[in-house]
Amino acid sequence: MGNHISLLLVVVPLIAAPLVAVLPRGRLPWAASFAVSIACAVFAGIQLGSVLQGGTISYELGGWAPPWGIEYRIDAVNAFVALIVAVIAALTLPYALHSVEREIPEEKIPTFYSALLLCLTGLLGITQTGDIFNVFVFLEISSLSSYALISLGKSRQAFTSSYQYLIMGTIGATFYLIGVGLLYSQTGTLNMQDMANILPSVLHLNTVVTGFTFIMVGIALKLALFPLHLWLPNAYTYAPTVVTVFLAATATKVAVYVMLRILFTVFPQTFTITTPADELFILAGMAGVLSASVYAIYQKNIKRLLAYSSVAQIGYMVLGIGFATTTGLTATLIHLFNHALMKGALFMAIGAIIYRIDSCRLDQIHGLGRAMPWTFGAIVIGGLSLVGVPGTAGFISKWYLVTAALEQSAWIPVAVILIGSLLAVVYVGKLIEALYFKPVTDNGKVVTEAPLMLLVPTWGLVLANIYFGLDTDLTVGVAEQAAAILGGMKP
Amino acid sequence: MEFFIGHYNYWIVIILMMVGLYTVISRGNLVKKIIGLNIFQVSVFFLYISMGTVEGGAAPIIAEGVKVYSNPLPHVLILTAIVVGVATTALALALVVRIKETYGTIEEDEIHNLDHSL
Repeated sequence: MGNHISLLLVVVPLIAAPLVAVLPRGRLPWAASFAVSIACAVFAGIQLGSVLQGGTISYELGGWAPPWGIEYRIDAVNAFVALIVAVIAALTLPYALHSVEREIPEEKIPTFYSALLLCLTGLLGITQTGDIFNVFVFLEISSLSSYALISLGKSRQAFTSSYQYLIMGTIGATFYLIGVGLLYSQTGTLNMQDMANILPSVLHLNTVVTGFTFIMVGIALKLALFPLHLWLPNAYTYAPTVVTVFLAATATKVAVYVMLRILFTVFPQTFTITTPADELFILAGMAGVLSASVYAIYQKNIKRLLAYSSVAQIGYMVLGIGFATTTGLTATLIHLFNHALMKGALFMAIGAIIYRIDSCRLDQIHGLGRAMPWTFGAIVIGGLSLVGVPGTAGFISKWYLVTAALEQSAWIPVAVILIGSLLAVVYVGKLIEALYFKPVTDNGKVVTEAPLMLLVPTWGLVLANIYFGLDTDLTVGVAEQAAAILGGMKP
Repeated sequence: MEFFIGHYNYWIVIILMMVGLYTVISRGNLVKKIIGLNIFQVSVFFLYISMGTVEGGAAPIIAEGVKVYSNPLPHVLILTAIVVGVATTALALALVVRIKETYGTIEEDEIHNLDHSL
């Protein structure tokens, strides 16, 4: 079984998904999905452990040797991302129980969990596979199920935002497909490792450069890189809370991973530096950080505020990619992990407020912080982590990002990172002001603290934010090892 | 001229791709957008299949007296992509049905007005 762990990580949720759909109503579908997510988290943990000790795992599906067969190839990079996805899933599901019962019609709950497991399958599959076409297939599995999940939101805008996401997501995936086709036509292989060996000899061809561009634009659409982020704010705002928590903490992170993989493993590490790609990444990252942070300040809906903040955080990750140094990649990977923690915690806390007052408008939450002290505490700590206050996980990622920028004497990105943090102070401050310092709007409802089942996972993530802000051995250690594998050519 | 005629399959792909993308962007009708998306996807299928063709090659089925076969792998890949395309179209049409039920229209600008007149 130990040898098959990388496959189990994909197959277990894949088989569980249709089974969950036919389970009787009630809490059984939830219990089954929870068990599956725990199993995946354990598998991902064991996998990361064995990768860190024994090096790269190569799993040949059906015993067909690569490059003809499909190969799952796991090194520190994907084992790390797989662990993030699996752990977030395992924390989201206990939270889902009450939240889903409140927000989803009862007859749809089994299919809801089924779609959630399919989404998990797709995301884990992307992290496991070493086959560039397989990435497309898993990308579409996760995307199709997330369109369905988003459309289950309560308001009617859920349908239109899901539709909008579907159109943009499909264009992104099809661009990726074009890119893969062009690369295949020149290299004759789909295995990432094999392609990496062949690509240097054909790198001067226009076809390869075009293929690279198509893939990057496609992935940029999927990860909501500014200015291709237009689907994200609506999708996050109108999706059911649990879906927002899960997608915000995992989906865009996995897309960032795909980008890293193609930029640094499939293409030679010198390629980004000889093309304008890295400058473009830095530009798009900076524009994303600034514009999305400013947008976030003007939002009247707290979910949309955090969604715009997500676009800004993706900007930080792409900045790290743009530096194309080992430190930059370390910063990207650390932020990948830390942002999953903070956005997960914040969306969960917001979900607890929505659970109580059934609204996520900024003017409806006045003074709720005093009635819901634990939820409020979670928002404060999550918000501080988003700003990057020392002692929280957000500080560590900003620190490494600034270090990476300083190494290159890139002063403008440093300024942008600092301004972005100040803008984050403003929008987090707006949230805290509304929650605590505004007088309570009296609408006759007595608001009490959220149920324990919502608070425990939220605080689990909040404490993780603090823990990984103080003890950085695990995150930085793994991220450094992963960044060394991806490599950066600039000193 | 040789350049244009010699690459006629790629020109077809490019024209179809542009027609599809333009339809997605310019049409306000949600069903027409899906049709545009389909044309866009089909152009990529053509790209793969014309890439996999070997001149004078037969269909990749082992048969007596055939020496040259077309590359079967792009066909297999595109079969997968077609399935994905069908799933996407089905999901998109299902969403359009629900949008029509809740909004009473499938014109983008009217939906936009309905959402912002509240």
